[in-house]
Amino acid sequence: MNNKILELQHIKREFVMGTEIVRALKGVTFDVHAGEFITIMGSSGSGKTTLLNILGCLDKPTDGEYLLDNVNVSGLSRNELARLRNHKIGFVFQAYNLLPRTSALENVELPLFYNPELTAKQRKDKALGALESVKLADRGDHTPSQLSGGQQQRVAIARALVNQPVMILADEATGNLDTRTSYEIMALMQDLNQLEGKTIVFVTHEPDIAAFSSRTVMLRDGKVVKDSKNENVRSAKEALEALPPADDY
Amino acid sequence: MSAINLIRIALRALQRNKLRAFLTMLGIIIGVAAVIAMVAIGEGSKQSIQSQLSSMGSNMITILPSSNVTGGVRIEGASFQSLTITDVKAIENNAEYVSAVSPVSSTKGQAIYGALNWPTSLQGVAPSYFDIRKLTVNEGISFSDADVATAAKVCLLGQTVINNLFPSGESPVGKVIRLNAIPLQVIGTLVAKGQSSFGQDQDDIILTPYTTVQKRILATTYFQSIYASAISEGMSDKATNEIIDILRTTHRLRPADDNNFQVRTMEELIKTLSSTSSLLTILLTAIAGISLVIGGIGIMNIMYVSVTERTREIGLRMAVGARGIDILLQFLVEAIIISITGGLIGVVLGITSAKVITLTLGWPTMVSESSIMLSFLVCAFTGVFFGYYPAQAASRLDPIEALRYE
Repeated sequence: MNNKILELQHIKREFVMGTEIVRALKGVTFDVHAGEFITIMGSSGSGKTTLLNILGCLDKPTDGEYLLDNVNVSGLSRNELARLRNHKIGFVFQAYNLLPRTSALENVELPLFYNPELTAKQRKDKALGALESVKLADRGDHTPSQLSGGQQQRVAIARALVNQPVMILADEATGNLDTRTSYEIMALMQDLNQLEGKTIVFVTHEPDIAAFSSRTVMLRDGKVVKDSKNENVRSAKEALEALPPADDY
Repeated sequence: MSAINLIRIALRALQRNKLRAFLTMLGIIIGVAAVIAMVAIGEGSKQSIQSQLSSMGSNMITILPSSNVTGGVRIEGASFQSLTITDVKAIENNAEYVSAVSPVSSTKGQAIYGALNWPTSLQGVAPSYFDIRKLTVNEGISFSDADVATAAKVCLLGQTVINNLFPSGESPVGKVIRLNAIPLQVIGTLVAKGQSSFGQDQDDIILTPYTTVQKRILATTYFQSIYASAISEGMSDKATNEIIDILRTTHRLRPADDNNFQVRTMEELIKTLSSTSSLLTILLTAIAGISLVIGGIGIMNIMYVSVTERTREIGLRMAVGARGIDILLQFLVEAIIISITGGLIGVVLGITSAKVITLTLGWPTMVSESSIMLSFLVCAFTGVFFGYYPAQAASRLDPIEALRYE
């Protein structure tokens, strides 16, 4: 596994707050290879969010090198970063961030609008394909308010997949969901990772979510304190079956 | 990003907030409609004043006696007797730019028919007066040069006089009325002209040959005024100068003497009235223009609110690959779509309301193409101008902040 998707070398990020300098990241180094399912863990204040912003090309490090798919991000302009986000990264957010009063299909299409090479027909086909891979093809014309939380998150995952990015970047993607739905989402993530070979970087602070990934990077106070392979990957599907039956009443 | 994509994105965003988009549009709709309707009213009144003036005879020239100094005393013009038949004949024979000339010798009196009477003004004129004042005979005939030569006791009645002396609707033609004890036979009636632009009743009048007034009523050889027609409106100035030259000769004025008469054309009056109605148009347009600007500010206001409200959407769009320029264009196109759609609706509404005003209130209106073009351009410009700042504010958002915005 030599094809590195991410390469982080001594990433530092400092913020100036008034007269004080807050050092959110104090030299973070790790690589992510294609096909990995990695979780980044840490309590609040550990620099998780800052690292996520840098990984997502929304922010640039103060110091250090960040290579995304062999492209050095630090030298890019705002517009080039936008293009990189469009082509290489699929975001999944905690709060889904779907456009209200807009159909699921159009929500999935959204990133494709910023890709000038595609025709309207191609856009629609790709969006339908992405919805199919999250098993929501029959809900294309539903608006977010007509979908459950889990379904909304799946639409968001479809949106992340639609541009065939090299990496899916999830930020607390199960944070707003109950255990059962969380496991469903994790099962979907595992499928995407294992069956389609998608690289997934999943930021979370829940240890049981981390158990589903193949590797965990632990952050504390802006530094990597633990970077371990998960020998015993838990299957989200099995975990789902092991849950007591839904006590609907 | 292609233009079609841009418009599609903007349209979808507007569709999500139909009511708000419409309310924003309303400012522009009212502004544009107001501009078009107001300009139509202004132009309409201008046109009606102009047509009224030309019905009075826009190439008409009036010659009046002027004040003069006699032994250090200034004497009022009207009582100064300087215009005679010699002047009239001289103008008639010598002036090249004058097509018609008529003396006016007028007096006031009580017209009596049977048991009814009516105070009115009697004007002694030449047959050419009908031409100069654009008067037409309704019933009967006009008097002739022969009637003038014999100071015939004939007259034509204006509509107001007829209404008061012949209220039962019988034809006055052939009847004999009395005016200041002189019997006059009615040989014709005049087509009603209505009020003049100054509110004067132009139909409260009796016309007779000027000799009849001069010899039988006033016993004078002077005229109160002389009316003439220039051969065209544009020739009024030349005709005026010509008349001044001729009258200075007939009055034997030395080069150093002031004119003892004055010559007036309608041109000044036309200018005054046109500039009044132009001012009216400008005033109405300005008021309407202000409402258009307010409509524009409405757009800006709503777009700013929209940018704030959609901060997360903007953050998301940026996260999935929208560049600053894409966001800027999206909001700008939204503003332009609102203002242009509003402008189109406003144009239709403006034209309709101008028509409705004419139909219901009877005000003359004239929708001018230039006002449509202008208000449409202004509202397109408004969209760009007032949409730009909110759009720029949106494009400068930091995607990280925008995504976390609550």
